[in-house]
Amino acid sequence: MSVDVARLPEAGRWRSLYDFYVTTMRTAITSQLQYRVTNYFYMLGMIAEPVVYLVVWTTIADQEGGAVNGITSGEFAAYYIVWTLVRNMNIVFGAPFWEWRIREGRLAGDLLKPMYILHYDLAYFAGWKFVVVAMWLPIAFGLSAVFHPTLSPSALEIVVFIFAIWGAYLVRSMFQGTVGMLNFWTTRGAAVFDLYMAVEMLLSGRLVPLQLMPGWVQTLANFLPFKWTFGFPIESLVGNLSTQQLLLGLCAQALWIVIGLLLFKVTWSAAIKRFVSVGN
Amino acid sequence: MPDPVVHVAELTKIYKVPEREAGLRAAAKALVRRKTRDVRAVEGISFDVGAGEVVGFLGPNGAGKTTSLKMLAGLLYPTGGNALVLGYVPSRRERDYLRQMTMVMGNRNQLQWDIPALDSFELNRAIYRLQRADYLAMRDELIELLDVGDLVRKPVRNLSLGERMKVEIVGALLHRPQVLFLDEPTIGLDVTMQKRIRTFIAEYNKRHGATVLLTSHYMADVEALCKRVIVIHHGRILFDGALASLADEFAAYKTIGVVLQNGGAPLDAYGEVVHHEGDRVSIRVPKADTSRVAARLLADHEVVDLTIEEPPIEDVIESVFAQPAAV
Repeated sequence: MSVDVARLPEAGRWRSLYDFYVTTMRTAITSQLQYRVTNYFYMLGMIAEPVVYLVVWTTIADQEGGAVNGITSGEFAAYYIVWTLVRNMNIVFGAPFWEWRIREGRLAGDLLKPMYILHYDLAYFAGWKFVVVAMWLPIAFGLSAVFHPTLSPSALEIVVFIFAIWGAYLVRSMFQGTVGMLNFWTTRGAAVFDLYMAVEMLLSGRLVPLQLMPGWVQTLANFLPFKWTFGFPIESLVGNLSTQQLLLGLCAQALWIVIGLLLFKVTWSAAIKRFVSVGN
Repeated sequence: MPDPVVHVAELTKIYKVPEREAGLRAAAKALVRRKTRDVRAVEGISFDVGAGEVVGFLGPNGAGKTTSLKMLAGLLYPTGGNALVLGYVPSRRERDYLRQMTMVMGNRNQLQWDIPALDSFELNRAIYRLQRADYLAMRDELIELLDVGDLVRKPVRNLSLGERMKVEIVGALLHRPQVLFLDEPTIGLDVTMQKRIRTFIAEYNKRHGATVLLTSHYMADVEALCKRVIVIHHGRILFDGALASLADEFAAYKTIGVVLQNGGAPLDAYGEVVHHEGDRVSIRVPKADTSRVAARLLADHEVVDLTIEEPPIEDVIESVFAQPAAV
């Protein structure tokens, strides 16, 4: 028998990366379809949060004569129904899950492969979106039937929204990944992650629309990444942003993606040197 | 002389481990001042491995063998020393290097849990940038070699431990790596499955000329696959050479088996009688005295047959592991 020591030839770089994303997304969809019921219950649990906000704000708006700070009940309904889609879209591999990844030995397996670590999560969660968005549609119709949203977006707003929800996904992936690096220094990072989530809730437009916040909070939010993961995508569809505001918002997202990626790369290269992989 | 595939020089790994005494007082003290201790997992090991060699990395739990393999696979940054595998520094984890090696960790699942292994193989094809025709040929070859044709269509979670290990190995070798780091690949498997995996590793080595570094607590794995072994203990190499000469170095005794004409003769004066059944007697004697004792037995008794045996490899390894750590 002859000995075959030749290396297998490689396919092209960009074509392979595209192939990797498509294959991983397909794998994610296949995996998630195994858990249809779990996914639905997960989504119903997640929908509870905006429904509570929605009920509270529409009640207040009704008591205030139909609007709060110029936002009507119908606009609140539109905001929080679109919120549910944006929330599904910006679910990423969260910072706390890095601990699971390290402890279970999954990171060791990923490190052995010739692929930059971020690609695994970006591709997998991107695939997951297709399952959750398909499951979200009937829920959105149900919420619309109950709360009567006021929503009449222009074609440009729809196009910007499509880009913005993927931009939000990327911004959030980079920053959650960067914060997740803390797991390489401590196994008790939960307090920091909770603090990060609390700040995100307040400054992103997740808890309340940012225009209901004090002026200085709105200014601060403009210079932090959080708004671009929640508030901006929602506003791009339901708000009355000018074309300039829409395009500037996309540019801000692009900037935060680059900043987040650089931060991730720096923290990752420091973190990986601390990886001990003991027992796994 | 060709360059070695694996070159290790003074490779060292030191872990910093927090520690404190038990109790509330010690816990309160640790709050103010945390004490850590340096654990020298691997301490200045050096060796070379040539192309196509299968080398057994032996040592008790905590000896440093897995840490060494992980450094060579690029999972861990060494604290000191150098390592080169296929000319690459593993800790840099260059794509080109990762594409030519693999590491299989027994009992560790790297395939997607909820879907059939075939889907995970597809993912690996994309990760390793394999061309479809090469991938299919390699996949089918491995499936045939390990006889897992009917397993790869089941979700991985439905496979038994041994079945899972076999499909894990297929997934890990799809890119036809030239260097294999196998960390206890047969752990927890029944003897039939162990044998199957051993046969497979030998066949893969033969077909593809791959270099293999293997750790295992099962001596049958080592005896079947490795002509050369490296024994590591307390982070240091105690022995590096042919498996056959391990006993010469470390065995303190040999066993003389004799079949006597007059079976009842007492032989306690020659050494420790470890077995006596009818005419057959086994005597354990210090290694240095073997020839002299054998000669005396032949001179003093009517010997029908006489054999001199090395102790079982397990006993030799046990005596190596019993060595205290250097201070």
